[in-house]
Amino acid sequence: MSENQTQPARRFSTTQEEMPKQLAEVRVQNFEEVALGYTADLAMSEARRCLNCKKPLCVTGCPVENDIPAFLSCVVRGDFETGIQILKKTNCLPAVSGRVCPQEEQCEGVCVLHKKGAPVAIGRIERFLADWEAAQGAPKLPEKCEPTGRKVAVVGSGPAGLTVAGDLVLLGHEVTVFEALHELGGVLVYGIPEFRLPKAIVRREVEYLQSLGVKLVRDFVVGKTRSLDSLLETYDAIFIGAGAGLPWFLDVPGKNLIGVYSANEYLTRLNLMKGYRFPTMPTPIVPHHRVAVVGGGNVAMDCARSALRLGAETHIVYRRSKAELPARAEEVENAEEEGVIFDFLTLPTRILGNDQGIVIGLECVRMQLGEPDASGRRTPEPIAGSEFILDADAVICALGNSPNPLIPATTPDLAVGRKGNIVADEATGQTSKARVWAGGDVVTGAATVILAMGAGRKAARSIHEYLSSLG
Amino acid sequence: MFLIHEARMIVPNLHQITVEAPEVARSWRPGQFVVVRAEPEGERIPLSVADLDTKSGTITFVFLNVGYTTNRLASLEAGEFLPTVVGPLGNPLQLEPVKSVLLVGGCYGMGSLYPFAKAYHELGSEVIVVSEARSSFLLYWQERYRKLTSQVFCITRDGSLGLRGHVKQMEKIFEKHGTPELMIANGCNHLLQTACATVQPFGIRSLVSLNTIMIDGTGMCGVCRVTVGGETKFACVDGPYFDGQAVDWEELTLRRKSYLYQETLSTFSSSSCNHHLPARSA
Ligand SMILES: Cc1cc2nc3c(=O)[nH]c(=O)nc-3n(C[C@H](O)[C@H](O)[C@H](O)COP(=O)(O)OP(=O)(O)OC[C@H]3O[C@@H](n4cnc5c(N)ncnc54)[C@H](O)[C@@H]3O)c2cc1C
Ligand SMILES: Cc1cc2nc3c(=O)[nH]c(=O)nc-3n(C[C@H](O)[C@H](O)[C@H](O)COP(=O)(O)OP(=O)(O)OC[C@H]3O[C@@H](n4cnc5c(N)ncnc54)[C@H](O)[C@@H]3O)c2cc1C
Ligand code: SF4
Ligand code: SF4
Ligand code: FES
Repeated sequence: MSENQTQPARRFSTTQEEMPKQLAEVRVQNFEEVALGYTADLAMSEARRCLNCKKPLCVTGCPVENDIPAFLSCVVRGDFETGIQILKKTNCLPAVSGRVCPQEEQCEGVCVLHKKGAPVAIGRIERFLADWEAAQGAPKLPEKCEPTGRKVAVVGSGPAGLTVAGDLVLLGHEVTVFEALHELGGVLVYGIPEFRLPKAIVRREVEYLQSLGVKLVRDFVVGKTRSLDSLLETYDAIFIGAGAGLPWFLDVPGKNLIGVYSANEYLTRLNLMKGYRFPTMPTPIVPHHRVAVVGGGNVAMDCARSALRLGAETHIVYRRSKAELPARAEEVENAEEEGVIFDFLTLPTRILGNDQGIVIGLECVRMQLGEPDASGRRTPEPIAGSEFILDADAVICALGNSPNPLIPATTPDLAVGRKGNIVADEATGQTSKARVWAGGDVVTGAATVILAMGAGRKAARSIHEYLSSLG
Repeated sequence: MFLIHEARMIVPNLHQITVEAPEVARSWRPGQFVVVRAEPEGERIPLSVADLDTKSGTITFVFLNVGYTTNRLASLEAGEFLPTVVGPLGNPLQLEPVKSVLLVGGCYGMGSLYPFAKAYHELGSEVIVVSEARSSFLLYWQERYRKLTSQVFCITRDGSLGLRGHVKQMEKIFEKHGTPELMIANGCNHLLQTACATVQPFGIRSLVSLNTIMIDGTGMCGVCRVTVGGETKFACVDGPYFDGQAVDWEELTLRRKSYLYQETLSTFSSSSCNHHLPARSA
């Protein structure tokens, strides 16, 4: 690669630097990370494509407003240290967001180069910087403010909760995170598979928080082990980042047959419980032959690609067409490369079972797109007489999740919306209940990692203001 | 980490563990359960709380060694730790005074009904206890119950003590002592189902702790779903106690067997002797 920095060689290139990946035939045999990440050379070369716009549109597309041109120009200079510091001012989980953000709808979707061929691969460079930092050994601990003597409880250890904990501990508050599961990280550990987000990355973030002095309590279900009100007796403020963990099932006959899973169950068995190593690990997972995954989002892709790695022929059954798939473009492409079969415009109507109650097939009907609805999406309608049976011995429902009612059910004065989401002020995260904030999926419904992190940031700021006002 | 205070086998293959879990002990109410793990990378399994001591912050479970995880649990000793004891999960039962309550337990249920016996005794209800086992040597805690009530019965398959047969024999008890108002049953699904069928003609209200597969125990995975009164419920957050007369037993029994093959595999591979079945490719 030509390394002439005074004359950026790739300025006008309309194509991105490809990110090295494991070959499809190889990676379907393992659970290791698919994308291998840029090398320093590739990152510098790609960063040089940035035009350093005066009014950088990319920044407006990023939910946490990363100063993208600034860190990209550091990368161009090879000053990765400054680059990562700039990034971390606004984004405390860059190794995660660089990997899982739906960049094509966010920063990269609005990058001016998008129209000219391909946007700057911002996510890949972000990931590079974060991985570069990790490779330098344990990070320098930032200065912490003087202890304030104020105590904050954080419920849930997903990206929202981890962000709040990190921000508030640096401001001198005493922070305790309560997590229902036995591992910390929320969806990042129980949902998103190892091949897309290695668990070591999440562990590193958690250890970092611990080294800053955040107290981490596992196996503690707020609302059950202790009520929110009881925690309020000990803590000055509480942040709820409990996520959207309540799974939706297909409401069709046969929904409780053996082999019908929620995506949460399937992925939890695999990721949190490491079922893909059964019987070396004690939590079992059944190796199916033919798996139908219903849905079209990231969760559906993750289930399908996991099932494929366990040796099954895998179908994604989606009622709309390819253009409407809500999953990240990169994951759709990966799934296709790996051999996931997409059945678009297909609606499941019934799950068939044998006399042992085990799934043997999924009855579906073909759909066609009708007139656009209020949201502009064209509503799919069934085509009469097009019913058919997809042979399958497992059906995974990746249809979405809503917030778990455990906390609202035991906290009567906490206002919740129609879908069970906790109502919180968009700018501050403040809920209807005094001294209680909330953010992330528990407020918005299933969304994205970076939005959860952004909500955590805002809430931390508001909590800090409140705690400071106490004098 | 949760310190084990006491661990021992009480009758063949049935074990009792007392573990320090003060937060759980403080909040627990009869009807709730916990999820435990026996080892650092261990599987999560639900267990009922058979006794607790709020002073020392300990809870006690009684469990049957049936498979991989219960086998690991059975091998633990006082002074060792459980990596996870989380709860209390599920809903407490609304305990209201009734004239008489029937407690039916088999295997671990004989232990996990004990808190109800205490609670109803305190409420002033007449407590009738029925324990079911294959043989008399598998009965335990009978003396604990006798301290609370004179109505303590047992049914053994081999007739070595009490009535001979299965819980269907309870009919004889009702004939002699009258029918109770409410039944609470705990144990394997087969026992629960038979008990419900037995009391149904007598019009006894039936509450049973359903034995489903569980992972998180917080409503997140849905593996514990059961059909009750035609509706899908999650046993961990909507139960674990349900109206036994409304349960779809057939579905429950089939779903409980979802991992039968895998469980057998892991159980054999948990044996300290490696010569049985597929070796654990550790
Ligand atoms: C399979 C899958 C793939 C995804 N892929 C992507 C992707 O590629 N890109 C992207 O941006 N987003 C993706 N998402 C969405 C993203 O992961 C979520 O939006 C994000 O994790 C939400 O963060 P959160 O902090 O609000 O909650 P979560 O990550 O859900 O964390 C909530 C935590 O709170 C805990 N908790 C819940 N209730 C209690 C309680 N009562 N007491 C104590 N603890 C409690 C939970 O156990 C959990 O650990 C994906 C989601 C899934 C499920
Ligand atoms: C709410 C709730 C409370 C529970 N409380 C208790 C309790 O207090 N004590 C207790 O011992 N168990 C209790 N159980 C059942 C317990 O969770 C299971 O026995 C346990 O998960 C078995 O795990 P394992 O890995 O040892 O066996 P697995 O490997 O999961 O199972 C081994 C084999 O044993 C079979 N099996 C499972 N349970 C039984 C049983 N009870 N009798 C006969 N065969 C069985 C399985 O189908 C399988 O074939 C409870 C279950 C629920 C849902
Ligand atoms: S956080 Fe996400 S949206 Fe923002 S710059 Fe990074 S990859 Fe883009
Ligand atoms: S919009 Fe694109 S080209 Fe412009 S500053 Fe942002 S990344 Fe660079
Ligand atoms: S055990 Fe997972 S939802 Fe009940």
